[in-house]
Amino acid sequence: MIRVGIDVGGTNTDAVVMKNDEFLGGEKSPSTPDVYTGVELAVRGALARASINANQVDAVMLGTTHFVNALVERKRLANCGLIRMCLPSGSSLFPFADWPNELVEAINGTFHLVNGGYEMDGTEIAPLNEEQLLKAADELFEKGCRQIAISSVFATVRNDMEHEAKKLLQKKRPKIDVSLSCDIGRMGLLERENAAIINASLKPLAKEVVEAFQKLQGSVGFDCPLFFTRNDGTLIDASEVLRLPVLTFACGPTNSMRGAAYLSGIKDALVVDIGGTTTDVGEVINGFPRLAGTSVTVADVRTNFSMPDVLSIGLGGGSRIRPEQPLAIGPESVGHELLQRAYIFGGDVLTASDLAVSIGRAKMGTHAAPEIENADELKQLLDQIISDAVARTRTSDKQMPVIAVGGGSVLLGAQVDGLEVIRPPHHDLANAVGAAIAQISGEVSKVVSLSEELDRETAIAQITQEANEVAISRGADITSLSMLSLSDVPLSYLPGNNLAISVTVVGDLKMEQRK
Amino acid sequence: MNNPAITKIDFKALKYIADGGAILGSGGGGDPYVGRLMAQQALGSNNTVAVIDIDELPDDALILPIAMMGAPTVMLEKFSSGEEIPKLISMMERFLGKKVAAILCIEAGGLNSTIPFIAAAQMQLPIVDGDAMGRAFPELQMVTFTLGGIQATPMAMMDEKGNGATFDTISNSWAEKLARALTIEMGGAAMVSLYPVTAAQCRNYLIRGSLTKAHRIGQIMAEHGANACAALVEEFDGTHLFQGRVRDVNRVSEGGFARGTVKLEGLGDFINREITLSFQNEFLIAREGDNVLATTPDLITLLDIFSGDAVTTELVKYGLPVNVLGLPCDPIWQSPQALEIVGPRYFKLDYDYKPI
Repeated sequence: MIRVGIDVGGTNTDAVVMKNDEFLGGEKSPSTPDVYTGVELAVRGALARASINANQVDAVMLGTTHFVNALVERKRLANCGLIRMCLPSGSSLFPFADWPNELVEAINGTFHLVNGGYEMDGTEIAPLNEEQLLKAADELFEKGCRQIAISSVFATVRNDMEHEAKKLLQKKRPKIDVSLSCDIGRMGLLERENAAIINASLKPLAKEVVEAFQKLQGSVGFDCPLFFTRNDGTLIDASEVLRLPVLTFACGPTNSMRGAAYLSGIKDALVVDIGGTTTDVGEVINGFPRLAGTSVTVADVRTNFSMPDVLSIGLGGGSRIRPEQPLAIGPESVGHELLQRAYIFGGDVLTASDLAVSIGRAKMGTHAAPEIENADELKQLLDQIISDAVARTRTSDKQMPVIAVGGGSVLLGAQVDGLEVIRPPHHDLANAVGAAIAQISGEVSKVVSLSEELDRETAIAQITQEANEVAISRGADITSLSMLSLSDVPLSYLPGNNLAISVTVVGDLKMEQRK
Repeated sequence: MNNPAITKIDFKALKYIADGGAILGSGGGGDPYVGRLMAQQALGSNNTVAVIDIDELPDDALILPIAMMGAPTVMLEKFSSGEEIPKLISMMERFLGKKVAAILCIEAGGLNSTIPFIAAAQMQLPIVDGDAMGRAFPELQMVTFTLGGIQATPMAMMDEKGNGATFDTISNSWAEKLARALTIEMGGAAMVSLYPVTAAQCRNYLIRGSLTKAHRIGQIMAEHGANACAALVEEFDGTHLFQGRVRDVNRVSEGGFARGTVKLEGLGDFINREITLSFQNEFLIAREGDNVLATTPDLITLLDIFSGDAVTTELVKYGLPVNVLGLPCDPIWQSPQALEIVGPRYFKLDYDYKPI
């Protein structure tokens, strides 16, 4: 099977061609404002290096920073409103609390609270009131919201009411597009509804992006399905991106970590991805990134959808160095101008790359490395900064390798925080490789009531089977399915024996034999 | 402390108090984030809450402490309706046959450092500059009022649906037991008012100035960021107990409490040294081998080396570099009688209290 992986980043667009487990070729090309040009160049370059025709490709996997950038720049966001099903609880803390004002203004954010929601044991706080819900939706519609997010209290325990509300709106108010909090976030009402609002605000952009890539597919000559990569390193069909764009939000660091694990053949490791301006550090366990346990702040908004636990620091190949006391490396960076402005490229700015060449860690550039005052101390500082980031990312003192990827990974020495550093082949294309190898997932979360007829093992087996069916319906190969995560949490303080079970399975993409 | 007492609280002051409250939480008391946002909403952007000294009130003035009781996860999902507090207060007033004059914080640390501001803002009542712990403690009876034989009841509880209850119990442990059971029926969290006191009772046992102190700590954190630890040591006669990286965290959940130990490996001036912290919701003791650096009731707080923010016992994780700050407790906790309810031996630690 031949797969093309594409990673559209802020600075570069990377593309790789893989045949099963074999890396056939890759290309790095600067990202362009129109996106197409950069992607097309990278894809055509990668295909040429791999000696593969576009029509031989079986699947295209794409990771993009479009959505996170739109949010950070507060551009191209849709107007949206939120309906929270919570009354009589909930009025002491309204939606959009703690949002930056300019972001609320950018999406014209507005809300209504209505009856509904659940207690922690799944009993209703109040039943859904159809009339009240429709009235709230109409008022939001009049204020210009075509996108509405719906949240309800303890939707993580029971999501029926959110689904019921969506069905009602789809039937009675077909012009309104609905995003549900239970599809996106976890425990923590404020953070979960924040994620649902962000999702709603990105939907029209998602349509543009998906259509653009579908068009590009035609112009390059692909004759195969197009997938996007999700935050958790699995694939999502283009049609699902239209519904849940926020799930592809943080795929950049995920793809780079997955790619690093794949290229090095090491499934449990720390990954250090050093770019021009920043360094991302994360941990892979069994080839997948460790996810953040608590809330994650995106574009100054607290959310809690599943995102890789990544520590970003302001250190990269282009980081500016202050060689006088107090010494400093970064966070200011020459970024993509490294190739003009660093000493080793004939420029006049002292950068981290100059230091790396001068202390013998890297051989690059068109000019000799400059004489650096305090080079020894700067080397120590550089190692200290990276060691700190690695130490903060570790979850135990278990010895594991550090996989270094990205263009700036030459900054690293042979060891970090006492751990061995490995630099796999094609490490500067790890993101696109991570996209190309992404798998299909299926996840099901349910609260079950255990009884004599239904014990814990049987319940887990049933839900795993349901998750398998979801994955298969999304295109997973039935023979390759395995469990990625399982959690079962007893709901305490309840008569009876209730268990909240959540299962995620992953499998390889199944392809019809063709050509 | 030579800082002028705060006299009113606005948005900015609330943020300082929440950040300072996280330091005074001594690692426990829950995340004040949701509580701060609720207090902000109750306050509105242009209003303020008046802060008064206890001596401004006549002897017979009634003061009501307000707090949240129950499971923190419920408080993150099901927010209160906003109507609990007025109902709670009118229940207490009926029960006691007296009008309330001011609101009080029961604990200056954690989530409950912000909840009373919701009450003060909604009821247009002043809030007394002080609290009954000077920090956070894990159990209901660990308040200065216990030293004066003051009962936790009459106590009132209210849920978001409008259900209320009052308690009149024979002991504080019965109050804890019955209130806990009802909290569960109310969906896992409820608003409570307990330890109603008169200004005269309060004068003898109040830890005075703790809101001013929390506010000042928050201010110092905002000014000094990563260097907050040193500035706090200077201003509050504290001790920089240690600087190190977390190299082990061992947690056990026991009897409804989060217990465990944290091992730190020295950094900077503390290199090649190692200390161990023990906690039960809050940090209880810091030891280097058998040498005690600090124990409860003094405050032991961790600050993230890079951000200067307080690190709660739930957020301590492997690899995190921290400063360990020791702050002296209020002198009221240093008597033998007080140490019996909050000293190291109460927590089954076989060490004597050694003031820092």
